Amino acid sequence: MAIDTQPGHRLDKRPGGGGPPQVVRRILLDNGALSALVVLVVILAIMSGDFLTTTNLLNVGVQAAVTAILAFGVTFAIVSGGIDLSVGSVAAFSGVMLGWFTTTQGMPDFLGVVLAILTGTVCGLLNGVLISYGKLPPFIATLAMLSAARGLAQVVSEGNPVLLPDSLSWIGKTIGEWLPVPVIVMLLMGLVAAVVLARTYSGRAMYAIGGNEEAAHLSGIRVRRQKLVIYTLVGTFAAVAGIVLASRLASAQPNAATGYELDAIAAVVIGGASLAGGVGKASGTLIGALILAVLRNGLNLLDVSAFWQQVVIGVVIALAVLLDTLRRRT
Amino acid sequence: MTTPDPPPARELLRTEGIRKTFPGVVALDGVDFDLRAGEVHVLLGENGAGKSTLIKVLSGAYRADAGRVLRDGKPVRISGAEAAEKLGIATIHQEFNLVPQLSVAENIFLGRQPRRLGIVDRKKMEADAKVLLDRVGVTASPRTPVGELGIAGRQMVEIAKALSLRTRVLIMDEPTAVLTSEEVARLFAIVRKLRSDGVGIVFITHHLEEIPAIGDRVTVLRDGRSVGQVPADTPEDDLVRLMVGRDIAQQYPRERGKADADAGSAPLLRVSGLRKQGVFEDVSFEVRAGEVVGIAGLVGAGRTEVVRAVFGADPYDAGRVEVAGRQLPGGDVWASHTAGLGLVPEDRKGQGLLPEASVADNLALVTMREASRGGLVDRGGLRKEAARIADRLGVRMAGLDQHVRTLSGGNQQKVVIGKWLLAKSRVLILDEPTRGIDVGAKVEIYQLINELTASGHAVLMISSDLPEVLGMSDRILVMSQGRIAGELTAREATQDAVMALAVGTSAPGTSEMEDSPRGH
Repeated sequence: MAIDTQPGHRLDKRPGGGGPPQVVRRILLDNGALSALVVLVVILAIMSGDFLTTTNLLNVGVQAAVTAILAFGVTFAIVSGGIDLSVGSVAAFSGVMLGWFTTTQGMPDFLGVVLAILTGTVCGLLNGVLISYGKLPPFIATLAMLSAARGLAQVVSEGNPVLLPDSLSWIGKTIGEWLPVPVIVMLLMGLVAAVVLARTYSGRAMYAIGGNEEAAHLSGIRVRRQKLVIYTLVGTFAAVAGIVLASRLASAQPNAATGYELDAIAAVVIGGASLAGGVGKASGTLIGALILAVLRNGLNLLDVSAFWQQVVIGVVIALAVLLDTLRRRT
Repeated sequence: MTTPDPPPARELLRTEGIRKTFPGVVALDGVDFDLRAGEVHVLLGENGAGKSTLIKVLSGAYRADAGRVLRDGKPVRISGAEAAEKLGIATIHQEFNLVPQLSVAENIFLGRQPRRLGIVDRKKMEADAKVLLDRVGVTASPRTPVGELGIAGRQMVEIAKALSLRTRVLIMDEPTAVLTSEEVARLFAIVRKLRSDGVGIVFITHHLEEIPAIGDRVTVLRDGRSVGQVPADTPEDDLVRLMVGRDIAQQYPRERGKADADAGSAPLLRVSGLRKQGVFEDVSFEVRAGEVVGIAGLVGAGRTEVVRAVFGADPYDAGRVEVAGRQLPGGDVWASHTAGLGLVPEDRKGQGLLPEASVADNLALVTMREASRGGLVDRGGLRKEAARIADRLGVRMAGLDQHVRTLSGGNQQKVVIGKWLLAKSRVLILDEPTRGIDVGAKVEIYQLINELTASGHAVLMISSDLPEVLGMSDRILVMSQGRIAGELTAREATQDAVMALAVGTSAPGTSEMEDSPRGH
């Protein structure tokens, strides 16, 4: 009847007993995606001498950054049992607005960045309103936004790239020898996402809503309001990704980030989140994004054609989720 | 097996010693049952007696652990729905297996539409459907979408579908529960016609007065065993005794002393004139500290709808809900929680729990908002609280990180209740709190209810388990067709008194459900 075992006596993951090798082993066993990433890195290191160089690894980080930041946002939607298809378009739209505010309108950089973030946030809020109060399925609402935001990006830019002021280009560059700003932004946003998911009320509500929306409702969670928060946050993260992307290219392209929503969703799912909701972590999403980037980079180094790369990535996505499902079933 | 009937007709189906266990529960523990051609054999038993499990075994949804099923005297294995279909066994469940968007004809022939060169032959399909519909007396066109039919119409489509499969054994699970008296009469006419065609019908009902009207023989199940087989004209009292078969007082350890002492205290929960168009009407009642008020009634009487509205889970049209004198805004679960209300919903997995989340997270579901400082949730503090309540309730688990999905039903229910105890709810609404949990855990829940009321909590309990309502409640509200048909004290309440109110008549024999049909 009574339980005298204290919390977590069985699933304790904290190090303490056992040496570091055992801890590493346990972490890898508990986390399929991380093991996959490690295996991938080892294989590529063996097959290509260029892979494990500082320059190349930083390159991988920069390539992963935009996808990862988008994916952190999408994690919120997926954990809550929803989806956001509009992040690529919203990122492009936010980037274009950054160019428009700073270059076309001549506003100060800082204000431009704030307004660009606001742009994505408002797009997300609109998604949230459609989903919470319009009762649209997230798939439909964000599909509409995917089209609308892309269209607005084209309208504002009249279909042409908008140059960014030189003073903003640092966001896409590397400080010193080995500090790429996109990677710093990625890690920062990852930290924010991790804290939101694990520590904030809204984050815990995401798991509750995704785990069982009716149970969440019957436990006093204001589901509609929380969904508004969720999709607004996704929009904010998309805007940040858009700014990083535009800064890297030194110009905001209205058709940038096309299809990135699929990479973002893939990263979230490879990272162990369930499309059914209730499960997912920021760390998993980061690993998912890194796997995609490492894979692309490695296949490039190995001279695999871009066409075959797509095939390989498709296989990896299917395998990752398949393994995860099998692991969960046992 | 004693059979009073003179000419033993051909035996269609027989089960011998059927046994089926689930983790922690013995659902069937030796069921002997037989069905002859051209008879209506009523399966009777309390909720949880094993009726549903038995028909799931017969329809291939469950595989029995032990025992034999014989069809036409030959042992058979019913490994799935398809196997049952091949054996001529069809089941009409309470939840219909129909696609509302498709037409009547398409539903009848779903998956086996007549085809010509691979293309569905609509003309033949609709003509065939028409013949079947005529047999069951449905006048609607075969082209009507099923969604446009009423409940009774859909039931007839299910029967027509069963006929199209050349069914010899038709199992009907509480077919009258959702019908008006007129529809029941029509259903009975069709059942009699099928019987005269030589079909064997297994008929489940909770309405004892229907048994002599439609049945030939009755098999009574209790605690997973077949405890008796009697003719359908057996007096109701005898049937009830067979069904219950034990001393209610022993199983329900309600300690009532305290409640009587508090009878004069102010009500913790007061509901007045609650109304929701077409769902419930004029619902007023009070629950005092230290009291268990039971809500009895047939499935569909509006009990769950009322408590959900009281709790703020669904909106209502008119009326007031007060908790300790404070009026609730309505339609706001959070406000209900802060006022001191808690709800343990009827569908534990579907409405009460996050199945894939941990015990700790489930217990913190309500309280995590109050445990937030500066936007951050104090998960360490919540975890301590969760450990404390899990210990107090005796939740059997490997640890707080265990997924609740993997707990037994009784322990899952303790987690749902624990969530509200952590939230310091003073009024607990329990909707079918012991449904589907084993006997031992049931008693633990009853003891918990006793402890709660002894410490000044109030409990409002819906239960379809009559002995449970009678055994645990200090007062019983009986609902019928969206209204409170009457209130009984623990002393006045008997199964008969409750059933009479629930069915909406005190004189059996007169048309039992005369009121307008409930919303389709």
